[in-house]
Amino acid sequence: MLSVTELVKGVLSGNRRHLARLISLIENEDSQAQEALVKLYKHTGKAHVIGVTGPPGSGKSSLVTKLTAEFRKRSKTIGVLCVDPSSPFTGGALLGDRIRMQEHSLDDNVYVRSMGTRGHLGGLSRAASDAIRVIDAFGKDIIFVETVGTGQSEVEIIEVAHTVIVTDVPGSGDDIQAIKAGIMEIADIFVVNKSDYPGADKKVTEINTMLDLDPRERVWRPPVLLTNSRTGEGIAELADKLMEHFNYLKESGLLEQKGLQRSREELQSIMKYKLTQELSHKLQGKPEYEKAIRMIAERKKDPYTVAEQLIAEFLLSEIR
Amino acid sequence: MSSSKKIRVLVAKPGLDGHDRGAKIVARALRDAGMEVIYTGLRQTPEMVVRAALDEGVHCIGLSILSGAHNALFPRIMELLKAEGADDILVVGGGIIPEDDIPDLKEAGISEIFGPGTTLQEIIEYIRSNVKL
Amino acid sequence: MKERTKLSDAIKNWEDTEVKSTVERFPERQTNFKTVSGLPVKRLYTPYDVADIDYHQKLGFPGVYPFTRGVQPTGYRGRLWTMRQYSGFATASETNRRFRFLLEQGQTGLSVAFDLPTQIGYDSDHELARGEVGKVGVAIDTLEDMELLFNEIPLDKVSTSMTINAPAAVLLAMYIAVGEKQGVSMEKLRGTIQNDLLKEFAARGTYIFPPAPSMRLITDIFRFCSEKMPLFNTISISGYHIREAGSTAIQEVAFTLANGIAYVTAAIKAGLDVDSFASRLSFFFGATSEFFEEIAKFRAARRLWARIMRERFNAKDDRSCMMRFHTQTAGYTLTAQQPDNNIVRVTLQALQAVLGGTQSLHTNSRDEALSLPTEQSVQIALRTQQIIAHETGVTDTLDPIAGSYFVESLTDEIERKSLEYIEKIDQMGGATVAIENGFIQREIHNSAYDYQTSVDMKSRIVVGMNEFVVDEEQQFAYLRVNPLAEQEQIQRLKEIRSHRKNDVVKRALSALRIAAKSDDNLMPLILDAVRVYATLGEICSVLRDVFGEYKAPDIL
Repeated sequence: MLSVTELVKGVLSGNRRHLARLISLIENEDSQAQEALVKLYKHTGKAHVIGVTGPPGSGKSSLVTKLTAEFRKRSKTIGVLCVDPSSPFTGGALLGDRIRMQEHSLDDNVYVRSMGTRGHLGGLSRAASDAIRVIDAFGKDIIFVETVGTGQSEVEIIEVAHTVIVTDVPGSGDDIQAIKAGIMEIADIFVVNKSDYPGADKKVTEINTMLDLDPRERVWRPPVLLTNSRTGEGIAELADKLMEHFNYLKESGLLEQKGLQRSREELQSIMKYKLTQELSHKLQGKPEYEKAIRMIAERKKDPYTVAEQLIAEFLLSEIR
Repeated sequence: MSSSKKIRVLVAKPGLDGHDRGAKIVARALRDAGMEVIYTGLRQTPEMVVRAALDEGVHCIGLSILSGAHNALFPRIMELLKAEGADDILVVGGGIIPEDDIPDLKEAGISEIFGPGTTLQEIIEYIRSNVKL
Repeated sequence: MKERTKLSDAIKNWEDTEVKSTVERFPERQTNFKTVSGLPVKRLYTPYDVADIDYHQKLGFPGVYPFTRGVQPTGYRGRLWTMRQYSGFATASETNRRFRFLLEQGQTGLSVAFDLPTQIGYDSDHELARGEVGKVGVAIDTLEDMELLFNEIPLDKVSTSMTINAPAAVLLAMYIAVGEKQGVSMEKLRGTIQNDLLKEFAARGTYIFPPAPSMRLITDIFRFCSEKMPLFNTISISGYHIREAGSTAIQEVAFTLANGIAYVTAAIKAGLDVDSFASRLSFFFGATSEFFEEIAKFRAARRLWARIMRERFNAKDDRSCMMRFHTQTAGYTLTAQQPDNNIVRVTLQALQAVLGGTQSLHTNSRDEALSLPTEQSVQIALRTQQIIAHETGVTDTLDPIAGSYFVESLTDEIERKSLEYIEKIDQMGGATVAIENGFIQREIHNSAYDYQTSVDMKSRIVVGMNEFVVDEEQQFAYLRVNPLAEQEQIQRLKEIRSHRKNDVVKRALSALRIAAKSDDNLMPLILDAVRVYATLGEICSVLRDVFGEYKAPDIL
């Protein structure tokens, strides 16, 4: 078993095995992970984190693969984190994105990691954002975070990204749902993939129309780009736009603002998480706790009063 | 918190063989057994398999070959794992592998070979009881 | 109508009396009986079940549209099917010896198995070929290998089937060039190239190029052969591998025919007249263990294809509507346990193919769940076909199972359900789209998973494997591919590269590169390149540069 110091040293000096090991510890909520994160924190905040989301089958993985190739040509180092849903019933997951990333699989400057959402409390965004942080400390210039854009948790994960790409394909009915799910609103760049399919231009027009209807005033109006992951068409332009967006964030002061906002949210979420953990640790299995639950069920007590009482007692005991 | 630990498995198809019926069925069965499964897709070199296994932090590698190239490719994968100091990863194999070849493959470090007729449950049980988490 | 009511009453009466009292005393083995593809099987089939089938419209006569009863008016009374054992291993010379052995044993056609590097367009010394050379088939790098492969086999006397897809044009060109050296011109050559890329993407995995350039190569071959090789089958649209990957019989028919539709559409789009190429399309199916369903499958596929060609593509020529097919007994049904039992399985499966009217047949050898077959095993497999052909009498009348209430009803059901699938695929935009978005792969995978689960749970019995198991020592002397073959092959390849006229090769390859970027037919240029001993890997590498490589979608 490696010590935390060794792990941290390894990650900072570019040891892939240590990087992989630390991400595993994060996923397993191992106490060593936090120790390492504490030590690594000051080395983070350098990478450009790009979220890629969109309906299933909209070509996210192939887009990330092509972008990786493009940025490698520009001498950038790349990290990729692919998040796939875990089964709520068995906890298992099929993490399939390695298939497309094959052409970069032996490039030392590319690190690819797949992650299951694992579905535990706060787990998705925390484990993934910690993993991003470690890849950042490891020294990758650009980190892609790929998620299936169907649910709220994916929207959360996208919030850790500086730039968000929302992908879509021509003619799919799914995009309407995507709009409803609020995914469209988080996009900094829209990509309509597979531009050799009929209907691509129509799709671009549709998205543009929708953006025109958006009442919010924005300096950065999300561009809508056509790409073809097979031919590579449009990929260089997309890479340019990504850089442009990052520069815009820096120059407009939004990057700093986002950083502050992010730190605030993260601090709150960590506190919330810790408190919840402490609280349930304290109460789980206690006879009087179980008794109170029973009385609530039997309508002899109400949950509002009981909750207030328990929190008050908890806070008091912490003070003592 | 050991409760959140999950067995992570890389299901890999080394070599040029395109027969992935078995590999995909096993991948799905392992997923349904609660494991996190990463499938490499076809045409992996030993180097690619090992790189993926290390980067993904897996506990087990399941190799499937039906083309007869196992004697060349399986030991090569074990060599590379050893060179990386990662021979604590459980490696199992399956496909069309004649019984005569099995002793040498085990000698090279493959823990178990699952031949035709193995049930999915047998594979799941074997991984569960032999993997080092 | 009156007849039907009478019959229906009689059936009900029989169910209520005889059946009921028997079932009460002796319950049936299962509550529901189903075929392996999930079609319900009733206790009894009667004229009631076939009352809607119009004989002339749905069955008709052999050799006459819609060919349900066969494509030849005299069937096996005229000529037996071609007995064609798929074989190839190690080097060309070793495979040539096996070919000649099989021909001496009475085999009537050749079927070449190529090794994986050849199938994926890599030379034997390519990094990815390591350990694969000569393993699942013969290694072919240059025309010289092909010359050795057909040494002393006159190409005007045999027909040769080649299981080659992505580099089909290259191997076809080499075959033509060998013919030229033997003094046999290409219009006399008979045989088949598999040339079916869609099923490679969907099920078999030996693809190279993306769908669009793959389609272009395929239509180039269609055009070239329609002008120059009238006796050659330009494609073998294959359900076999779809079935082996785990599909049901219905999916096998549906996906194969959907692929067929895609090829015909592509060729018409490329400017070919449907009747100029459609009669040279051939098909390839599996024969698994579900006896009647399989016979019905062959008949349903024949009828459905005829209708598709006539109704959808307006084929005028009856020959364009004829589905001619090769059959192979199902590899996945073979067990590694008690391998001699496989002889029995193969016999039954081969019989289905014959009763279904196949044009050619490969029977698997008993040891193929363990390795490539030995000479002795392959001899038994060939003898199995000969016994069916000469001893059983099933070849003396045409479509002998026709009229079976059960089989006719199944034939109808398979046709109907396959058509439903095809319509669904049409709505998606055709087979290419349905493969690119993973629909077909997912459907196959789900069926494969269900099958495996049923075997694991023993709701499906596989004799010797999950029931009737014995402790056995493996006593089989199975075939070992000569481990030195890889090195020998690489050595010879190096020699050819140093002896040939390399400047001529270079010119041929750059001409090919230019043509690949244009719309020109690539067949003549590939032929020029193989004639001067350009390697398969060199030719494919030029095409890889121009066309790119296919990446499989993630479909788990």
